[in-house]
Amino acid sequence: MIGTVTATDLRPRRSWRRVKSSIMTCLMGAALVAIVIPLAAVLWALFDKGAGVAFRSFPDFFTAEIPVVSRRAGPGMGPAIVGTLLVTTGAALLAVPLGILGAVYLHEYGRGSRFAGLVRFMAMVMTGVPSIVMGLFVYVIWTMRFGYSAFGGSLGLACLMLPIVIGSTEQMLRLVPNPLREASYALGASKARTILTIVLPAASPGIVSGCLLAIARAAGETAPLLFTVGAASAYNPHLFEEANTALSAQIFGNATASFVAAQDRAWGAALTLVMLTFVATLAARLLFSRKRSA
Amino acid sequence: MTHVETFSEVLAPVVFDLSSLEVFYGSFRAVRDVTLQIRAHEITAFIGPSGCGKTTVLRCLNRMNDLIAGARVGGRVTYHGVDLYGTQVSAPEVRRRIGMVFQKPNPFPKSIYDNIAFGPRINGIRDRVKLDEIVEKSLRAAALWDEVKDRLRSSALGMSGGQQQRLCIARTIAIEPEVVLMDEPCSALDPIASARIEELMRELKNRYTIVIVTHNMQQAARVSDRTAFFTAELDSQSDQRTGVLVETGTTAKLFSNPREERTENYITGRFG
Repeated sequence: MIGTVTATDLRPRRSWRRVKSSIMTCLMGAALVAIVIPLAAVLWALFDKGAGVAFRSFPDFFTAEIPVVSRRAGPGMGPAIVGTLLVTTGAALLAVPLGILGAVYLHEYGRGSRFAGLVRFMAMVMTGVPSIVMGLFVYVIWTMRFGYSAFGGSLGLACLMLPIVIGSTEQMLRLVPNPLREASYALGASKARTILTIVLPAASPGIVSGCLLAIARAAGETAPLLFTVGAASAYNPHLFEEANTALSAQIFGNATASFVAAQDRAWGAALTLVMLTFVATLAARLLFSRKRSA
Repeated sequence: MTHVETFSEVLAPVVFDLSSLEVFYGSFRAVRDVTLQIRAHEITAFIGPSGCGKTTVLRCLNRMNDLIAGARVGGRVTYHGVDLYGTQVSAPEVRRRIGMVFQKPNPFPKSIYDNIAFGPRINGIRDRVKLDEIVEKSLRAAALWDEVKDRLRSSALGMSGGQQQRLCIARTIAIEPEVVLMDEPCSALDPIASARIEELMRELKNRYTIVIVTHNMQQAARVSDRTAFFTAELDSQSDQRTGVLVETGTTAKLFSNPREERTENYITGRFG
């Protein structure tokens, strides 16, 4: 026998630290569940009440025009889908370039300047403006003069998107490491060249995410559209002419109506809007990741 | 005036002439009284303890200090007799001729090929054949070609640290600068990778003038022809530490027979 061999005990000790660790893990798990439950509930409610309406005699709901008499049962939401696409695309075309350029100014050119501070502050204030106020603003400066059109809605949504795009893009530019900029300058690149070929591409995944988020949120906004887009029930593919409609406005209108048929259409429209946003975001992401890896 | 200076350059191949250079960051004087000359086709090493201003001085040589808000340069820096901080001088043009390799490898998040081609493209070279040629030549000069020739299209971020640093050197020499400034190029590398970079510096010396900042005295002794020793002095009035140039000389002389006691103390490891 070899006598004194002290056992090397490598098992974890029962310490307070370990107890704390398990408590925290449980709390985080609980938080996750607390987040997932409402999300799942919303999706379940949408499919439960909306799928029957939206997919009965497919694809009528997605193509037919909206019944003029809202008491009458039946499809569809076609004009509202086109309207949403039109209004949101218009808003994105206005807000995304402007917002990215604004963020580039704030972070790359105006850093530390008083004017940049003022612009940043104003963008922050703009984030806090209620969307219905934006709608009234556009109503006064645009709709009263030129009448209802999809573009009025685009203006309203663009006002809401702009501060989000500026904020998220500036955040992403901040994450681009300075040594990358220095490497570019050290090769004799000008500032504009450095921003266009090094900084923006390096920040692009984050910028795209921020813009997609802004677009997805804008697509579901109702208040700015109420006074600006009007309420058409027929297809209107024109951005600048005549009253149009959008899914969110249709949800609002139909859900507040007192007829079951209208309320059913509201559920269908809600499901359609969620699916549309999901598909559009997914497509944009796929498109962009393919572009970058190529 | 300029062509007179250019004429004198033929007699004495001085590339940089610094006189009473001082650099401020806001109200803080980071370095003062730097007077030294850097000669063509030599490796000049800046050594000294941390905070002595050697990187600051190096960054004056290609106007990288311009990019730091509040930085201000006093005294005079001439490059082939031309005042680098003169009103007619364009910083991008200066940097095109005076390349820089940084402490941490900083490849662009692009392919190996695009990293090298970035500089030539800025200078308007669009021709594919020409670009291919430059990329191969630069990678060969940086002793990297054989390791990466089959994956030029893959991301530079997938390379090892030593390879990334050699890529940065290749990227710098792709624009055919006259001078290559190196700011502690080996501090993030292991000894084997460092040895490769040192070997590379000796090869590049024939074509470029090299200035290197290093913390590693053995490295300075091994690769450089001329050494400048900096240290930080406490200013009794402002209670701030300001970098000063203690002495310059050929590396052989400075390391074997320094004029100043402070230099001797530093190189023998008694402080810093």
